Formats: sequence, C-alpha cells, structure tokens
Amino acid sequence: MSDLRELYQDVILEHSKAPRNYRQLATANHKAEGYNPLCGDHFTLYLDLEGDSIHDISFQGSGCAISKASASMMTQSVKGKTREEAGKLFEQFHKLVTGQASGNQADLGKLAVFSGVSQFPVRVKCATLAWHTLQAAMEGKQEPESRVTPSTRQEKRYEVSSIWP
Amino acid sequence: MTAVANRIPRELRSPRVRGAGFDVEKVRHDFPILREKVRGRTLVYLDNAATSQKPQVVIDAISRHYERGNANIHRGVHFLSEHATEEHEAARGTVQSFLNAEEASEIIFVRGATEAINLVAQTYGRTQVGPGDEVLITAMEHHSNIVPWQILCEQKGGRLRVIPINESGELLLEEFQKLLNTRTKIVAVTQVSNALGTINPVQRIIEMAHRENIPVLVDGAQAVPHLKVDVQALDCDFYVFSGHKLYGPTGIGVLYGKSALLDAMPPYQGGGDMISSVTFEKTIYNKLPYKFEAGTPHVAGAIGLGAAIDYVNGLGMDNVAAYEHEVLTYATEAVAAIPGIRLIGTAREKAGVLSFLLGSIHPHDIGTILDQEGIAIRAGHHCAQPIMQRFGIAATVRASFGLYNTKEEVDALVNGIQNVREVFA
Repeated sequence: MSDLRELYQDVILEHSKAPRNYRQLATANHKAEGYNPLCGDHFTLYLDLEGDSIHDISFQGSGCAISKASASMMTQSVKGKTREEAGKLFEQFHKLVTGQASGNQADLGKLAVFSGVSQFPVRVKCATLAWHTLQAAMEGKQEPESRVTPSTRQEKRYEVSSIWP
Repeated sequence: MTAVANRIPRELRSPRVRGAGFDVEKVRHDFPILREKVRGRTLVYLDNAATSQKPQVVIDAISRHYERGNANIHRGVHFLSEHATEEHEAARGTVQSFLNAEEASEIIFVRGATEAINLVAQTYGRTQVGPGDEVLITAMEHHSNIVPWQILCEQKGGRLRVIPINESGELLLEEFQKLLNTRTKIVAVTQVSNALGTINPVQRIIEMAHRENIPVLVDGAQAVPHLKVDVQALDCDFYVFSGHKLYGPTGIGVLYGKSALLDAMPPYQGGGDMISSVTFEKTIYNKLPYKFEAGTPHVAGAIGLGAAIDYVNGLGMDNVAAYEHEVLTYATEAVAAIPGIRLIGTAREKAGVLSFLLGSIHPHDIGTILDQEGIAIRAGHHCAQPIMQRFGIAATVRASFGLYNTKEEVDALVNGIQNVREVFA
C-alpha cells in the first residue's frame, strides 16, 4: 500500500482536483493536443512563446489523476523558462518516472513527487503525456509575420501510439 | 484496514451456504492460477471478459499434445499424424455438439471471433454488398464487429447503419425494424455486450431479419461462456466465438455458418489444405470446412478448446449460468450501494459484466488502486469506443465474472472501491 501512497501523494491528488493554469489562453500562439487512447486522457496545451521563453502556459482537458496533476505541475514548472530549459526538465522528468533518475533532482523541484510513477510502468504514459504535448507545441512552426497575435498559429497533436515504452 | 464485514450491509453479506448444484470451491481448485499471489495479495481475477483462466485439464491437454501427440494433420501417413488428426477433428465435433450445429463441416476453426468476422465480411460480404447496400450493426458492438464492416463498406461503396440503444443499454427493436430495408445485406449483432453486459434478444432479431430475407451474424464471444447456445434454435446464419474467453487457449476460435452459405462463399485465405488440386492454370478448392482453413491450423489450440468445452459441459452450462447470475446480482447490488457509483449498462437481462464509474475519479486511477490489492479489473473503453461516446464518457471500470468467481471476491472488490474513495476523499 505504501507504493500506492507514493503514487497518489497528497500533492498529486490536490493538483488533480484543483489543477493550476487550467484555462484557455487568449494570448496563445502555440497549441497542441495530447491524447492517450489507452485510458482516454485528452488535453489541449496553450503556449504563449515570446522569443525563446515561455511567457505563459495553460491547459484544458480531462484525464486520470496522474496525467492531470502532471500537466498542472508542469505548467507551473516551465512558466518563464526557455525552450531549452523546458526540454532539459522533460529529460530529467522522464528519467525520474521511468526509474532512471541519477540522483540530482534539484532542478525538478516539486516535480520530484512523481518518483512513485516508476513503480507503476503502466502509468508512465499518463505522467509524461503533458510533457510530450508541450514538446509538440514548442515544435510548432512560427509563421513569418508578427509573433504576438491572439490567434492560434500552429496546431500539433501528440498521440500515445504504443503501450510499452 | 477496517474489516470487510463492516463495509457490507448485513443483508448483502455472502451467505455460508453455497448455491445448490455448484460447488465453486471445488471448481476453483481446478484453476491453478487462482492460487497465485499478486503484489503479495491473493489474486482476485475479475477481468474474464478480457480473457478467462484455464483449468488444469485444458493445460494438460495442450501439454500432452506437444509431449506425446504432436504432428501435422490431415495428410500424414504415420501414426502420430493420424492420431493428431483424430484429436483435431474430435475437437471439431465437440464444438459442433456445443453449438448444436447440424454438421461438423459447418464449424470452421479460426484464430478468434475477430478473424471469424473478418472472414465473413471479406467473403460473404465482398460478394453480396455493392454500392448503396447496407450493413446493419448495433450501437453496443465491440470494435471487432464494427471495423471489418467499415472496411467492407469502404471497399464496396456500402453503408453502415447502426441500431440505437436506450439509457439502460438495451436495443431499440422498433428502430431495428425501421432500419431493415431492401438494401440491407447482413445484420451483425452481439449476443452479449462486453462493455454493458446486455443480453440481446438475438432470436427475435433473427426472426425479424429473416422475414426480410436478411442473414444474421451473431457475435457470441461474450455469450458462450455464460449461456447455452443452440445455433439451430436461433437459426442464425453465422455465429462466432473465441476460445480464450471460454476457458480455452488463445489463438483459436470458431466460425459457424450454414452449409449453403459457406458453400457459396469464396475462400478467405489461400494456401495449403484449403485446396483439392492445384495447377498453375486452375486450382480447385477443398470442401467444407477445409476450404476456409488454409495452412497448418492451431492443432494444440483446437484440442485445448475441445478440452475446455468438455470441462464446462461437465459442470453443466445451466448450472454455470445460474451460479454466475447469483454472483452478478450480488455484485450489482453491492456495488450500486456505494455512494458515488454510477452503473453503466443496466439492462434487464445481463450476463458477466459490471461496468461502473465512481464519482469523477478516472477509471485508470481506480484500476491502479485495485491492482495494488490484487484485484484485476479493466479500465478503459473496452474496445467499444462508440458505446462510451453514447454515454458521454471516456472509460469505465469493468469487473467481469467467470465460473470460478465468488461472492467473497465481490466483497473484496467493494472493499477496494471503498479504499479508492478514501484515497480521493
């Protein structure tokens, strides 16, 4: 039962019930959808990228507690970071949830609470869905004209295509 | 952890006395896997709609075949080949009796219900369905009884029509009648829904379709483990099921078809065994059932399936059905009594399946927590996305029962659900 308590910690449960940055983003210039057909997690991620940094970020959608909490905490962690920093965080997060963490988790901060996921391989895709979706959103191409426009520029979609990592 | 007894209302606690005619404790001893511990807990296997566990006699039959009787069948001239052929064809006879088919040649061995439906769609369907023709299915089908027909309709310019269901998950027969028309070339319907547990009135459906000279394929994958099936009484044109849901091995299934239909159908897969003679100029196909059994069959699978049917017959399908009905009723009442539970699939006639939601907790989370207690259920869309869409949900938790499940296991499930509520409180 302690493994379970590791996975469904208060912080995670709290974020799943009251997710942060849970709204549409009027100033979004990037958008991506993430979908896990295995259990029906479905999120839309909105990004306001200014130059190279994530000025604002939000998400909407539904899914299991792990995926929602992960999305919520992810948006908190990457706001204000550069694309590169966000990418590095994803790498560390991925290592954490797949049990490959090396020990230096200082950068992950609160995200370290997801370490319990490594005991539940079936749920790894739930924890990483938001991050994959973020990557898809960041890779969305910019159009030549002004970058600061309220309208959504580029839609991309990430879909979990296989069960086993 | 609080004792289970405190959570179950007195009137719902499992009685000491076993149901007459069915000794479930004795039955459980026949299934070696039920002694396994998962995550340090006793296995409570409630995922029978996904696949069933196997009795020792089935495991032994398969092992024995490989240890002492293995050979290729039908054309060998040596002892083992003759023996293996006999065993394989005896299994076919067992299936024939099980379904009460008129001829053994009407029993085609395939990989499973999915392959059987694809076979019919690509042989009967391909020659009968043309532009503007219709294939009629229901809103509660498994993807295996949807997608092969979609593929066929796309190939031939046909149209897929769907019989709707009500909020309880029952077919609307008046709508079915309206959907039957001169362009309908086949009706494909599940006898028992894997997501809802609904038992469909297939005999009535077949009568209605036959009045318009429309053939009917019945998907019996979830039916044969729970009900007695008589294909002659039903008068269905095709009937399909999978061995692994019926306490048999994976990789084996059955297509039953009326001789006249099967005779008129072109072959499905080409190759050895399904031919009578081959030249590069002309090939003559073999007679039934071999016309539809190309290549070396899953001999061990057929033998295992025969052993599984023998096992179930030994218990008596009527006894199994009565016992399972008791367990399902008990489970439905116990689970429905938990605050926050929403049952999905509340037809008056049900078998095998209890699908539900718990508040707004995602089924995947419920599944993980139950898994930690050794309870195996399924969370998801159950290969029935249209049904999920119909009820406006993404997924359900599905507990599905087999002949070895007990009321104590239901109590454990209820206890587990209470734990989930605590975690998410």
